[in-house]
Amino acid sequence: MAEQQLSFEKPIVELKNKISELKAFTAEKEIDLSGEIEKLEERLEQLEKDIYGNLNPWERVQIARHNKRPTTLDYIKRIFTDFIELHGDRLYGDDQAIVGGIARFEGLPVTIIGHQRGKDTKENIKRNFGMPHPEGYRKALRLMKQADKFNRPIICFIDTKGADPGIESEERGQSEAIARNLIEMSGLRVPVVCIVIGEGGSGGALALGVGDRIFMLENSTYSVISPEGAAALLWKDSSLAKRAAETMKITAPDLLELGLIDGMVQEVRGGAHRDVDQQAHEIAETLSQSLQELVGIEPETLVKKRYEKFKNIGEINHVSDIIVMK
Amino acid sequence: MIRDLFSKKKKYATIPSEEAKQEVPEGLMTKCPKCKTIMYTKELRKINMVCNSCGHHHSLTAYERINLTLDENSFEEFEKDMIAMDPLEFPSYLEKSKIDREKTKLNEAIVTGTGTISGYPTVIGVMDARFRMGSMGSVVGEKIAIAIERAIETNKPFILFSASGGARMQEGVFSLMQMAKTSAALNQLHEKGLLFISVMTHPTTGGVSASFASLGDINLAEPGALIGFAGRRIIEQTIRQKLPDDFQTAEFLLEHGQLDKVVSRNEMRSTLGKMLQLHYPQVNGREGYLNG
Repeated sequence: MAEQQLSFEKPIVELKNKISELKAFTAEKEIDLSGEIEKLEERLEQLEKDIYGNLNPWERVQIARHNKRPTTLDYIKRIFTDFIELHGDRLYGDDQAIVGGIARFEGLPVTIIGHQRGKDTKENIKRNFGMPHPEGYRKALRLMKQADKFNRPIICFIDTKGADPGIESEERGQSEAIARNLIEMSGLRVPVVCIVIGEGGSGGALALGVGDRIFMLENSTYSVISPEGAAALLWKDSSLAKRAAETMKITAPDLLELGLIDGMVQEVRGGAHRDVDQQAHEIAETLSQSLQELVGIEPETLVKKRYEKFKNIGEINHVSDIIVMK
Repeated sequence: MIRDLFSKKKKYATIPSEEAKQEVPEGLMTKCPKCKTIMYTKELRKINMVCNSCGHHHSLTAYERINLTLDENSFEEFEKDMIAMDPLEFPSYLEKSKIDREKTKLNEAIVTGTGTISGYPTVIGVMDARFRMGSMGSVVGEKIAIAIERAIETNKPFILFSASGGARMQEGVFSLMQMAKTSAALNQLHEKGLLFISVMTHPTTGGVSASFASLGDINLAEPGALIGFAGRRIIEQTIRQKLPDDFQTAEFLLEHGQLDKVVSRNEMRSTLGKMLQLHYPQVNGREGYLNG
């Protein structure tokens, strides 16, 4: 699949084309235009800084959905050693929209679980576009319990538009599968670090998201409903998704400011897909720091702190306070 | 003709007013959405809002449910004065909440507290779908978590009647995280060995269905209640076909192994009473038995 061109990147692409044209011209006609080229490259640098340094929420959504955006398996390959994928929920099947397994991180045995999208149509059909069925969540839970038994920290990569909405998912208990992960994750006696790497769509994302630390890549999103869904409900028009993306506060910088996540992992300029190795390195650093903080904490303390972390989320007023304020 | 003088022929046309146009006068009469039978609301209330011709369960308000479920005068409410904030500065959210407060005389979409059923003490939460469609924002999540904490402190079981469209959009990720908060609180209850009975009423969908409502030691539902994760329209759009009428009903869930029992409203109180009795005393039931 060709690399997607995002509309706001057009000026950058145009300038890049111009520079390569000039370079080709220089080579062909043997005329020295290096002065010109240098100037244009400086301008390009500035332009990239301006555009990528001031992304609006909708532009970040587009980067989060970029067809070349690295997936869970891209990061696993680069961050961990000795990865062995483990399959199946032991109840129904092996959901390809969630991958999981055991590996080493800086020598430490860990369990890794993540949503898995495809990058082309064929892979997306196999992976159900990264939208898990109940058996996917039950596989994830099985691997978490296994990690708990063998005292391995758990690392979750979150990257889904949402849990699969379909007849079979309802019949097999999509609600129960998600809910079960929420309650069980809250009681895990090993460290859990979660990173949103693409889209974090609602309950389907949260089902891998009850962790001691929650991070987001700079251009990832986390939301209770997709911008399109919100726009359809709010203004009866899904084409107003851009506006909804701004209203809903779904980007990493917004959620960091609201205190809903623990940190933001900086992205390579222009998005993680520009340099996957570098991005993997950034993620590894964040993981390393978190695990150093968390490994060794008493299991009881870990569970208690995790409960307090979520218990503290929420903004509440009291009628009496309002009367006093008046 | 002389007869014309006495006839009551109308000299002008009458146009029914907007109110008169309604099939059923608001409040006085209630029309059953299922069998279309019209009943006096007063009469319907006497039979707990269950249609006497087809058995359809009309929605109850939170306090109606509490009165119907708990022993008389046993209810003590928790955290009654909590109201929503607007952390995202979401357009018209505060105004809409205020309108719902005035309309329902409730401060939020859930009422929590403690009381007894057949003499057995319990902590209880009841959602009310009239308030922002019963959606869960920070207040609903917090009230549930606090209720669970009180159950733990006082060694009581917890019963929750859900009626909710899911997580509240206007509080964004704050709402989403209430799913984790309520579930984590239930985990503490679980660790303490205390009973949680989830009763799903119409409707229990989305983020509420996918968190505490599905996590009962015993999951019950009222007949005909809509229960499910994804909205019907979204599923139909995804699969491009119409869904059967009984899809995502309590009976559908029972058939697919997602519920312990469908309990009609008239039997709910006695069923809950029996279940509480079977789980009391919470801590030393077995010891009591063994020690004779």
